[in-house]
Amino acid sequence: MTIALETTATPKRRWRIAKLPGTLVLGGVILPASLVIAFFPNLFAPYDPTVFDYNALLAPPSAAHLMGTDSFGRDVLSRVLYAYTIDLQIAVFATLGPFILGTILGALVGYAGGFAEALLGRVVDAIITFPFLVLVIAIVAVLGPGLMNMYIAVGVVGWVFYARLVAAEVKVQKRLDYADAGRAMGYTHFRIIFRHLLPNSITPAIVYLMTDMALAILLGSSLGYLGLGAQPPAAEWGVQIADGKNYMTTAWWISVFPGIAIVVTGLGFSLLGDGLAELLRTKK
Amino acid sequence: MSVAMQTATAPALEVRNLTTTFETSSGHVIAVNNVGFNVMPGEVMGLVGESGSGKSVTLRSIMRLIHAPGKVSGSVRWQGDDLLAMPERQLRKVRGGEIAMIFQEPMTALNPVLPIGIQIEENLAAHTALDRRQRAARALELMDMVGIPEAARRLKSYPHQFSGGMRQRAMIAIALASNPKLLLADEPTTALDVTIQDQILKLILDLRDRLSMGVVLVTHDLGVVAATCDRMAVMYAGRIVETGRVADVFAQPHHAYTRGLLGSVPRSGAQRTMLLSIEGTPPSLSAIPKGCAFSPRCSFATDACREAAPALEPIAPDRLVACFHHQQVAASGVSA
Repeated sequence: MTIALETTATPKRRWRIAKLPGTLVLGGVILPASLVIAFFPNLFAPYDPTVFDYNALLAPPSAAHLMGTDSFGRDVLSRVLYAYTIDLQIAVFATLGPFILGTILGALVGYAGGFAEALLGRVVDAIITFPFLVLVIAIVAVLGPGLMNMYIAVGVVGWVFYARLVAAEVKVQKRLDYADAGRAMGYTHFRIIFRHLLPNSITPAIVYLMTDMALAILLGSSLGYLGLGAQPPAAEWGVQIADGKNYMTTAWWISVFPGIAIVVTGLGFSLLGDGLAELLRTKK
Repeated sequence: MSVAMQTATAPALEVRNLTTTFETSSGHVIAVNNVGFNVMPGEVMGLVGESGSGKSVTLRSIMRLIHAPGKVSGSVRWQGDDLLAMPERQLRKVRGGEIAMIFQEPMTALNPVLPIGIQIEENLAAHTALDRRQRAARALELMDMVGIPEAARRLKSYPHQFSGGMRQRAMIAIALASNPKLLLADEPTTALDVTIQDQILKLILDLRDRLSMGVVLVTHDLGVVAATCDRMAVMYAGRIVETGRVADVFAQPHHAYTRGLLGSVPRSGAQRTMLLSIEGTPPSLSAIPKGCAFSPRCSFATDACREAAPALEPIAPDRLVACFHHQQVAASGVSA
C-alpha cells in the first residue's frame, strides 16, 4: 500500500533535467557562475583591479593580460570580474526593494479594491507616463550621483510594476472559493491576504523580478556610464565602457569586454525568468 | 428524531426576513426573498431546490460572504446575536469557531499552495489556545476522525494530491477543527460519486451525533434529504415555499412544487408508476413572475395565484406552506 502510493507520488517531485525548459537550464548555469565570481572575484582575477601599471598602458589582449589593459594600465579582465560584485549587487538591491514594497502594496490594494484600487491605478499611470530611465536620471540628478541614490530612485519608480501585477492577481484570487472559505473560517484579513492570497498570486511578480534584475543591470551600467551610478575608480561595467569610449578605435577591448559581460549576465537573468515562467505555466 | 428536538426550547439559528439582492447590468436580481427558518441544536435541516433557487446564496448570506454589489437584509440570529449586524471582530469568532461552512467543490475551496495539515492547524490557531504541538496532534486526530487513511503522512500532502472524496473529508476536517456548533454544508456531495457521497453524508451525521452540532444541508437531491435530514425547507425562485418535518413533507406535500419534485424521483417500495416532470423552467431571478412565482408551471394555479404571492403560513404544527390551494394539492397525492 505504502509502496504503491509512493510510486505515484514521487515522479512529480523528481524533475528530470532533460524535461526542464532549455532556457531555465542555461540561465541556471550562467547565474550561479556569475554569483560565484561576484562573491569571490579575488579567486579568479589575475591582478588587483585598481592598480596602475604604467609599463602596460592600453596594452592589447595578450597572455599576460587576456583582455588587455586600459589607459591607466589596469587589467581589463580583473576589472570585469570585480565588477560582477557591484553589478550583481545592483541587480539585487535595485529590484528587491521595489519587489517587496510593490508586492505588499499590490496585495493590500487588490484585496481592498474600490478607492484604493482606483488610486493605485492613477499613481501607476502617472509614473509610467515618464520613460523609466528619464525619471530615474531626474531623481538621481536631484539626490546626487552614487549607488545609494540610484537604489532610492529605482525604488521610487520600480514598485508600481510589481504592485500592478500582484493587485490584478489578488483581485482574481479573492473571488475564489478558498478565499471565501478562509473568511468563513473566521480568519483575519491580514491572514487571508498574506497567507492565502499572496502565495497564490506572487508567481507573475517573481517571473517579472528575474526580468527586472536584467533590466537593473542595464540600468546600473547606463547610470555608471553617465557618471550617475557607481563612481570611478570602482570597477563597474558601465564605468568601464565610459572609460574606453575615447579609445574605441585604438583600444576596443576596454569597452567591448565589459559590454559582453553585461549581455551575458543580462541574458542569464532573462533566460532564468523565461524558463521559470514556462515551468510554472506547465505545472499549472 | 434527535433528542434535542424534543427538549430544546430555543433554536440555535433563527433566520428572519433574509433578503439578498444584486444590482446587475441586466437589472435588479432578488436571489433570496424574505427567507426565514430555524435550526435547533443537533438538528439537520435540509434546504432543497433546483439550481438557481437561492439555496447557496442563502447560506452565503448567513455567513456574510456576499460580495458587492450584493446586498443582504433581514436578521440572522445565532444564539441571540444578529450575525448581519455584528462587528467584524465578533463575527470572526463566530465564523469557523461556532459556525463552520463546507463548500460544494472542495478543490477550489482549499488553498492549493498549502499542505492540508497546515490548513487544519490554521483554523486551530485562529480559534483555540492550543500550542504548536497540540495543534499538530489535534490535526492528526481530525484527519483520523474524518477517515483519511495514513493521516500522519497525508497531513503533508497538498490538495491536488487528494482524490475528490478525500478533499471533501479534508475540508470537513478543517471546518470541524474548532468544534463548531453549527455546520453549513453547501451541496457537500454534489461533486462526488454516489458511493463517496454516501460515506460523506454518513460522516456528517456521525459527527453531528458525536459533537451534537446543528447542520444546514443545502442540496438538490431529495434522496439525500430523505436519508439525512430531520426537517426540510423547499425553495423556489428565492422563496421558501414549504417547510416541515421530512417524513411529513414526503408523505403529503402541500405545495405543488414540492409535489412535483417528489413525483419526479422514483421511490423504493412504492408501486411503479410514471415519473412526473415539472413543465417549463424556473424563472430568471431578474424576471420573477407576478404573484406566485411557480404559478406559470402549476396545474393548480388560478387567477388569485397570478395576482398576489401567497404568504408562508402555518397549516399544521411545525409545517408552513405558501400556497392558496394547499388543501387541493395535499388531497391530490404525490403520483399523478
